[in-house]
Amino acid sequence: MAYSDKVIEHYENPRNVGAFDASDPEVGTGLVGAPACGDVMRLQIRVDDEGVIQDARFKTFGCGSAIASSSLATEWLKGKSLEEAGGIHNSMIAEELSLPPVKIHCSVLAEDAIKSAIEDYKQKRAARVALSEPPALARAEERPAG
Amino acid sequence: MTLKLPVYLDNHATTPLDPRVLEAMLPYFTQDFGNAASRTHAFGWRAEAAVEDARDGIARLINAESGKEIVFTSGATESDNLAIKGVAEYYGEKGKHVVTTVIEHKAVLDSCKRLEKEGFEVTYVGVGKSGVVDPEDIAKALTDKTILVSVMLANNEVGTIQPIAEIGKRTREKGVIFHVDAVQGIGKTPFDVKAMNVDLASISAHKIYGPKGVGALYVRRSRPRVRLGAQMDGGGHERGNRSGTLNVPGIVGFAKACEILEREGVEEAARIRALRDRLYDKLVKALPRVIVNGDMQQRLPGNLNVSFECVEGEGLMMAIKDVAVSSGSACTSASLEPSYVLRSMGLDEADAHSSIRFGIGRFNTEEEIDYVADLVISKVRKLREMSPLWEMQQQGIDLKSIQWAAH
Repeated sequence: MAYSDKVIEHYENPRNVGAFDASDPEVGTGLVGAPACGDVMRLQIRVDDEGVIQDARFKTFGCGSAIASSSLATEWLKGKSLEEAGGIHNSMIAEELSLPPVKIHCSVLAEDAIKSAIEDYKQKRAARVALSEPPALARAEERPAG
Repeated sequence: MTLKLPVYLDNHATTPLDPRVLEAMLPYFTQDFGNAASRTHAFGWRAEAAVEDARDGIARLINAESGKEIVFTSGATESDNLAIKGVAEYYGEKGKHVVTTVIEHKAVLDSCKRLEKEGFEVTYVGVGKSGVVDPEDIAKALTDKTILVSVMLANNEVGTIQPIAEIGKRTREKGVIFHVDAVQGIGKTPFDVKAMNVDLASISAHKIYGPKGVGALYVRRSRPRVRLGAQMDGGGHERGNRSGTLNVPGIVGFAKACEILEREGVEEAARIRALRDRLYDKLVKALPRVIVNGDMQQRLPGNLNVSFECVEGEGLMMAIKDVAVSSGSACTSASLEPSYVLRSMGLDEADAHSSIRFGIGRFNTEEEIDYVADLVISKVRKLREMSPLWEMQQQGIDLKSIQWAAH
């Protein structure tokens, strides 16, 4: 299969490879995919108090397109708010990397990894808030609905 | 000598034409271009004489009784189709049961699938982790309705050599026709249709440094005489077994390739085996957790099929793009399913995704092997640094204990 130049570029020079301490409260971790399916992505974000993603890391078991999709995702995540990050759609990744139809699932996995990392961060934050904040009634007006 | 890139290590897929083969073929394109079926002039006679010589040469390599037992085809896929469907057509009245193995080439498996649609019953005998079929399992599968057993000489993915002689003994006892897809093993491991009681054998030129587009089916003519229903109708060439004008230059090249193997095969196998072992030794010395797929002893000399744990096969192939190899990874096929051969050997799906097939051949050099070994070692290390599975495994996490979300 012929790869696009962008896939090759990301594959050969992957950005943000590595790991954050998953127990760090500022870190959200998404682990998606399955070894049996031939691809596993772990994507991590470090989020500041303003809800802005300061840094991102990934490790991926998979083909060149999977590695490039996750590398690109970490690049895009930096500097984005959680809301903006949640809006990254797999089609944007597929388009940027010119993925052929048989490789679209790699971009889907990257989107899943982003969503999963955001969710993990939000859950950790919610748990932390529940522990450290004053009783819920007093701050009810600040809570988002639902 | 400087190394020429890319390095070709995919000799199970196809092989380069040996220059001696090309030389033998050339006159038959422009000078002796006659139709071997033309009986009325010298052009035809010369072509016919070349074809008959070729038959005898090919027969000699597999120890057939005579050149008359060689039916030329367009390649081994056609030979497999002709053998299986041809036997089914001719002997279907006697019984409608065929026995084969789960690791056969698609040309055999899909021919069997076709027979199933036509009312035949097919038993697909399994193999264990070794990738070698147990002849007892074949014997147990035989019934009084069995008309054909089809087992390959050597597997195209893991290179495992099947116990053809032991199976042949049992099929002969039972009076069942025995077809062998000998494509991968011919000239690399002993193959003797007489000693092994083989009745039909598929062979191909382009896997043995001959041209593409030409193959043969050995069809036993005595004790027992095997009959086939022709699958290609027309002028009645090849004793009615396969109509169509013969590919004379291809056939001449095929015979030349066989002649070279007959003369040099044993020595060549030893040299190729040494290269294979050199590659294997280098890889396992430098890298932990490299799994050999299939039995290492009962294996073609040029085959090395290994899984580099926690590194996906296609990802690795992209990293070593100056080396032509193939992978059992799903990503290399349109189906997104990892290799059926590796899965049928009971390999973990993740390890099937991590498999790489190295196929070493006649024209590979020690220098190439060293280059490939060093490249693979450095890239596997790099990709493991990027692999979440490797990190988890290093931390002692059992990957099987994790609830993975299938997608």
